[in-house]
Amino acid sequence: MYALVDCNCFYVSCERLFRPELNHKAVVVLSNNDGCVVARSPEAKELGIKMAVPFFEVREFYDRGELHVFSSNYALYGDISSRVMSTLEALAPAVEIYSIDEAFLDLRGMQLNYDLNRYGHQIKQRIHKWVGVPVGVGIAQTKTLAKLANYAAKHYPKTLGVVDLSAASWRSRLLKKTNVADVWGVGRRTAAKLYAEQIFTAADLAESDAEAMGKRYSVMLQRTILELRGIPCFNFAEQPTEKQQVLCSRTFSSRLTELPPLKEAVREYAVRAAEKLREEKGLARYISVFLRTNPNARFEVKYANSAAVTLPNPTCDSRVLMSIAVQLLEQIYLPGYRYMKAGVMLGDIQPHNSYQVDLFNPDLHSPKSQQLMKTLDEINQRYHRGVTFVGQGFEQNWSMQRQHLSPSYTTSWQDLRRVRC
Amino acid sequence: MSVVVLGQGGDSPFLTIPFFLSAVSAGFPSPAQDYVEKTLNLNELLIQHPSATYFVRAEGDSMQGAGIFSGDVLVVDRSLQARNGDIVIASIDGDLTVKKLELSSVCRLLPCNPDYSPIVISTEEALELFGVVTNVIHSFR
Repeated sequence: MYALVDCNCFYVSCERLFRPELNHKAVVVLSNNDGCVVARSPEAKELGIKMAVPFFEVREFYDRGELHVFSSNYALYGDISSRVMSTLEALAPAVEIYSIDEAFLDLRGMQLNYDLNRYGHQIKQRIHKWVGVPVGVGIAQTKTLAKLANYAAKHYPKTLGVVDLSAASWRSRLLKKTNVADVWGVGRRTAAKLYAEQIFTAADLAESDAEAMGKRYSVMLQRTILELRGIPCFNFAEQPTEKQQVLCSRTFSSRLTELPPLKEAVREYAVRAAEKLREEKGLARYISVFLRTNPNARFEVKYANSAAVTLPNPTCDSRVLMSIAVQLLEQIYLPGYRYMKAGVMLGDIQPHNSYQVDLFNPDLHSPKSQQLMKTLDEINQRYHRGVTFVGQGFEQNWSMQRQHLSPSYTTSWQDLRRVRC
Repeated sequence: MSVVVLGQGGDSPFLTIPFFLSAVSAGFPSPAQDYVEKTLNLNELLIQHPSATYFVRAEGDSMQGAGIFSGDVLVVDRSLQARNGDIVIASIDGDLTVKKLELSSVCRLLPCNPDYSPIVISTEEALELFGVVTNVIHSFR
């Protein structure tokens, strides 16, 4: 048995936790650079605001005071997410974090001793009481069915946010009601082909010939069909796979044309990527930088390019990665374009405690470098980005546009929520 | 008031306080040094349920009688069931406020300062709590 726990409109719920006056009000959260709507409260959905619409299309609601708007506050969402996950870890034998707001629980063996429906309600209440965000819980024999159960828990208010599909009658009713396009792992393209074959609902798919479908479509679809019948095919991932690459890239708040601000941006991305790399205890040998103009601009000359280098020895030293990133940028920068985005990618990642050293080149992961990076990370963690390299720039005029950003309530002492007394 | 030395703060990713740093007696090594066994972490003392604990900052003077002053950091544990007499963070008309909870025949939020008057909550169900305050961190300088 598996459970899928999914936070309801997670980003909005995080913002509301510290702004209770926004409960029952229309709230949306915008993507990077305040571009599109990425999370909506039920009240915002009622206003007719669709997912992923550009902010300017719904701006009228905001201007009239009917809609509250937030920029993405990843420091806040990340912290709340880890609280949700660690609360779950205390409640279930094993937890697989599936995304920032979803986790699978492995409940194998538990159905013998527990009323799983009641257990689902306990999870829901615990997360709401302890962390302060609402969740839905779907419980079933397979991960695909647990996903479906969760979908039902969210869409049918009668369920009170918890659906346990272990009873076969429940399962067949839900499968008949579910559009095949809403089944986990069935893409929009596959769904279109399935419609042509008269397969419209999840029940139709579950009744199709799994083996034949597997040959015509993919092994994945074959496994999905079996999962819909209650036969587990997707295993519980006990350990997340190691990262193959680390990427840091952003869209600039305004277009950049000159080399100096681009260099600042690329240095910043390299430093951030290096920090992420060190968090994962990895060393990178491959580093690439890309740069591009807006690919959709109609009346502009477009340009996109990238450059990469493989180092003789792997490293996670911010200084080394920063200077290489700038050299790579200089190779691809051309004057006369309006650049929209740049990024730094680190690849060929090896664990820091076992890597091959090239004898004829200096070991970049020297004890001295390790000590310096450790100190740097500690200072930056404690003083909220207290140390920056001169080349990262002080003004960072190119950085993200986040006009509606809420305070970092849980990660910065200056930003603590104030309470009246 | 007397003070008992508990032990030494240690090297951990969290904020720790080395306890002997200020207790230097010139010319004579502390005899207690040999008996230090473990290091102390303030989180251990202040936080029982990390995933349910939030920090907030107090603003105002209505809770001075309870030892909460403007600018103090409050440790709030959401996992605790609020009881009569607890200091709580409640949501009143969408605003978060610190008060002492009275759960007797009536449900009231009491200030700890005679200049303020209690807030009466119609029923216990209408009470919206953010969490229970377990500790206050007051800085003297």
